Amino acid sequence: MPAEASAVRDRPPIGPDPLEPVPYRVVDRRRETDDVTTLSLESLAGTVPVFVPGQFNMLTAYGVGEAAISVSSSRREVGALRHTVRDVGPVTAALCRARPGDVVGVRGAFGTPWGVDGDDLATGDVVVVAGGIGLAPLRGAIDELIHRADPDGGRVFVVAGAREPAQIIFGDDLEDWGRAGAVIAVTVDTAPSNWAGHIGLVTSLLGGVDCDPATTASLICGPEIMMRFTARALIDRGLDPRRIRVSMERNMQCGLGWCGHCQLGPFLLCRDGPVLPYAGEVARLMTERER
Amino acid sequence: MRFGSTATIDRRGLDLLIAGLVEAGFETKGPTVRDGAIMPGTILTSADLPAGVRDAQGPGRYRLEQVGNDRLFDWAVGPGSWKAEFFPPSQELWRSTPTGEIASHGPGTGTTPLAIVGARPCELAAMAVLDRVLLDGAVSDPHYAARRVDAFVMVAECGAPASTCFCTSMGTGPSADSHFDLALTELDGDTGHRFLVRVGSDRGAAVLEGVPHAETVPAELAARDRVLAAASDAIIRTIHTEGLARRLADAVDHPRWEEIAERCLACGNCTLVCPTCFCSDVSDTTDLTGEVRRDRTWASCFDLDHSYLHGGPVRTSVSSRYRQWLTHKLSTWWDQFDTPGCVGCGRCVAWCPVGIDLTAEVAALTADDGRAGIGPGRPTDAESGPESTSGEGTP
Amino acid sequence: MTAGVDALVASHPLFAGLPGDVTSGIAQCARNVAFGPGELLLVEGRPADTLFLLRRGRVAIEIHAADRGTLVVETVDAGGAVGWSWLFPPYRWHFDARALGPVGAVAIDAACLRSAMEADDALGRLLVTRVAGVLLERLQATRLRLLDLYGADRAG
Repeated sequence: MPAEASAVRDRPPIGPDPLEPVPYRVVDRRRETDDVTTLSLESLAGTVPVFVPGQFNMLTAYGVGEAAISVSSSRREVGALRHTVRDVGPVTAALCRARPGDVVGVRGAFGTPWGVDGDDLATGDVVVVAGGIGLAPLRGAIDELIHRADPDGGRVFVVAGAREPAQIIFGDDLEDWGRAGAVIAVTVDTAPSNWAGHIGLVTSLLGGVDCDPATTASLICGPEIMMRFTARALIDRGLDPRRIRVSMERNMQCGLGWCGHCQLGPFLLCRDGPVLPYAGEVARLMTERER
Repeated sequence: MRFGSTATIDRRGLDLLIAGLVEAGFETKGPTVRDGAIMPGTILTSADLPAGVRDAQGPGRYRLEQVGNDRLFDWAVGPGSWKAEFFPPSQELWRSTPTGEIASHGPGTGTTPLAIVGARPCELAAMAVLDRVLLDGAVSDPHYAARRVDAFVMVAECGAPASTCFCTSMGTGPSADSHFDLALTELDGDTGHRFLVRVGSDRGAAVLEGVPHAETVPAELAARDRVLAAASDAIIRTIHTEGLARRLADAVDHPRWEEIAERCLACGNCTLVCPTCFCSDVSDTTDLTGEVRRDRTWASCFDLDHSYLHGGPVRTSVSSRYRQWLTHKLSTWWDQFDTPGCVGCGRCVAWCPVGIDLTAEVAALTADDGRAGIGPGRPTDAESGPESTSGEGTP
Repeated sequence: MTAGVDALVASHPLFAGLPGDVTSGIAQCARNVAFGPGELLLVEGRPADTLFLLRRGRVAIEIHAADRGTLVVETVDAGGAVGWSWLFPPYRWHFDARALGPVGAVAIDAACLRSAMEADDALGRLLVTRVAGVLLERLQATRLRLLDLYGADRAG
């Protein structure tokens, strides 16, 4: 039997402290809506950040705190790392106020990605459904899927919902994606009379998605209620629940599976998520009443 | 002296062993009697250990009794656990300038190595569980590792479990089988007060070499077996662990959770005394100079804001928080870390102010397929005619 | 006992005015039930197997999510009915329904009701028309509520 007491000691040396943020400079700032801002960040040391669409970074507003923000960049974009932040508390408020030249701390990238590099999304139709700011974590995946080399010519459908027209984000990206061959459908819950677009729930647009359910995968991101109703609507249309992925959110503090806050049943979302297949356990967890 | 060998020492040998550790530069700590309980403290000689003391524990109850003999380990566990040594209740992680230049990396590095004299087997198991959580992920926690990696551990096997112990159900005691440098078993007998010592590492062998010791005779090995057998027999609480994860998952809507919530204060004592609980909060502070400091402090899933999302806490009711704690400890911990989260030390039972007994609750929750609170409603006798539809007053 | 349930079904607004043999047929699938305050009549995701005719008390239609807590969509009083997803596959509830106080209801087994509708076209047509009427009224009301008519952008 090996000397197990020393098994603790025989570990490889530990590298830089993963709890210490790396300083990045804000190089660009874009106000998307009155409470959503996209920051473009570059590392002070000039290192190229590594991420896969779907992952998130822990961003530190020095002196205020840290928050988990999804990366909204596509890997086809050279240069700064984009994070789209919604002002919902003191840390995100501070991040939304950050100006070019300000320093923001970055730790990450953490979590499971949407899987655009995997076989499952390499071919076939993909239906992407985004609710509100849920379009931000999906932005990179959508861009990369539209430009994937799929010999079968699988299409990308993007269904985006927002509360009202002023809350729609990435309007120019949606247009670009449409021009690049994706099928784009946008809807709002309410609108002023000069809106000529669709008004209704995102699920009401799914009927117009002309995909072959048996070979279609789906990526969904938005409020939990929207994600589960959308997933169910897609399953009713014949999609395989294992090919439907959702992005789950819980309180994130360390990003490393050590602080225990992001637990969702058997998952530590910073490590086993945020992207998870809708089948089985996740479907049940999304409906379970935690009162 | 090598790994796996055994020897026998007496009380004087134990004193010299401890002195040797001190001389080798270790900060030696072990169980001491303090504030009416067994608490971690400095051990310079065996006289600092809890001599002549027994503990009487039950749900919501802990008392130390003086029995006046010179035996050192006839007690089970106190409220403090060794996790505080490696994962302190509050710890500075780093300091930086307002523009993110790290000014200090936190006091985790360069600390004096720790030697634990007299950990319990369940505590060893707890340390192994925390190692899995904090060292075995994609990256290791350097703050935890700083003190843990070089720690010398001498375990004292159990001869006198408390009524709250259930290590036998969790496979963590009363014997110690691994994860120690040296293991002591306090023997009884007419040949004097002696300790059987087993070597668990090369470092332990080296330490033992340096103190007077005798070759262990078969009668002493038999005496150890008797001590452990008697301890196992004395354990009265159990958890039926076979298929437990699934049975708890099936009990998600069990009415028992609400019943527990009527008693549970959500005070979090159980998470404070638990040797495997690892939840922590991270907070940033700044001062007038602009220097930023990040700290990590113990947190509890019983805190209302533990599950806080921007809309508010996810788990608002006490029942959902108790359910989170128990199902994490005994079920989803397996999914997350491939080990059980509970080591059967019984601290949560003793230190719950209202005496909630985890073992009894698990038994109640998994006794049947109880699902309740959902329709189709209790049948009633049909009344003879249409009733008023005012909805008020009629029982 | 069946005679009592018969009368309860026949007198409920959803079935008011229907011929006696029709309501008796429906009553074969029904029983009288009671719920205590806070008890759930239906739970999102579970099999949709019952139509509840409310006779006494008030029920809240709710939906729950971790990021929003429990949201009450609307309430249904005595004289109303709760539970419509039994009409369409996959026969699963889409919302929760909770008794706000003591509730008395007639619980009609959905599978039994569906069989009765399959066996008798006229019954099927009658029931679907009645149900559609209730749903249309609710849809119109929900549309108007969506407009936030009492909202802050009104001057007066």
